[in-house]
Amino acid sequence: MAIDVRIPTILRTYTGGAKSVEGSGSTLAELIADLDGRFDGLGDRLMDDAGLRRFINVYLNDEDVRFIGGLAAPVADGDTVTVLPAVAGGAH
Amino acid sequence: MRYDNLLESVGGTPLVGLPRLSPGPEVRLWAKLEERNPTGSIKDRIAAYMVAAAEKDGLLRAGSTILEPTSGNTGISLAMVAKVRGYRLICVMPENTSAERRQLLEAFGAEVISSPAAGGSNEAVRVAKGLAAEHPGWVMLYQYGNEANERAHYETTGPELLADLPTITHFVAGLGTTGTLMGTGRFLREHVPGVQIVAAEPRYGELVYGLRNLSEGFVPELYDESVLTSRFSVSSGDALRRTRELLAAEGLFAGISSGCVLHAALGIAAKAQAAGQRADIALVIADAGWKYLSTGAYGGTLEEAEARLEGQLWA
Repeated sequence: MAIDVRIPTILRTYTGGAKSVEGSGSTLAELIADLDGRFDGLGDRLMDDAGLRRFINVYLNDEDVRFIGGLAAPVADGDTVTVLPAVAGGAH
Repeated sequence: MRYDNLLESVGGTPLVGLPRLSPGPEVRLWAKLEERNPTGSIKDRIAAYMVAAAEKDGLLRAGSTILEPTSGNTGISLAMVAKVRGYRLICVMPENTSAERRQLLEAFGAEVISSPAAGGSNEAVRVAKGLAAEHPGWVMLYQYGNEANERAHYETTGPELLADLPTITHFVAGLGTTGTLMGTGRFLREHVPGVQIVAAEPRYGELVYGLRNLSEGFVPELYDESVLTSRFSVSSGDALRRTRELLAAEGLFAGISSGCVLHAALGIAAKAQAAGQRADIALVIADAGWKYLSTGAYGGTLEEAEARLEGQLWA
């Protein structure tokens, strides 16, 4: 078992085109560090000095991590982490 | 009830219990039926407020042209308000929205300019900002950053909910311009200690997230993270399934964004029930299902309906 990480189209250049990759760690920060070790540059696209980038949203099992601890949010094997760019989205 | 004109009848919508979807007598779901507004969506509230504010500020005068990036409900609401108040309306709308929306806008006499499907509402906002710069006489109300959007909910939706459900513990609504959650959320937080403000955000197909680079991302100017207590991303499949459950279990014919909201609300309800906590969860039914019939959301298998929605903006 591992953590399933869904990568948006715009960041797949870092994952060799893969839509989802596996990662490990006990917090979101550790997971991102693990991914960055294998997909060089990915970490920098997700985070800046202040934390998660403004136009990056990360969901742990469909819940926005910013409301459950941010980079310190605990993650575990079997979880699904979804990365999406912030867009205006739908029909307003 | 009697009103002087259609605009005056905006708001004052019913709050109805959802006894079959509620987990038990201590954990109850309540639906705020916003499809009862004059054009059938919650956006009538903000259209009325944004136009009134622009009139008060002297931006709008008889015969003025209003420009707005909108993929549907806000445009339809503005079209109604424009008719009542005597303005011309131009909507910039992504091409991947349902046929009914375009037909409705045209029926109201609004002009529709299409923006590319890829990028969704991001592109509509970009195109509208460009047009506004080219036509300084046009008035762009800009729902994503207009304080009257949020204020409409602070002054109407929030107080209505509190009056009908003083024991409210959770408020769940869709996250788009963020106006509903910001305005209602701020009001409820000021009046109900410990109230939870929960955002349900539609998760679309990849096309909608097809930015050329991350700096093109978009967060509405109205958004203030501190008003929310949690935020859930809901897939098209889950939203569709819940939309059908609303109809099957409660006889409520709602639009797909209401399924998205119900999905988040049911998750919260299940948690409260498991923890033995009392909960009165109010959720927003932003519109009814009529405008989505052509998407095939209500017929055939869920898998078929989900496939048909791929790439569509359904909320």
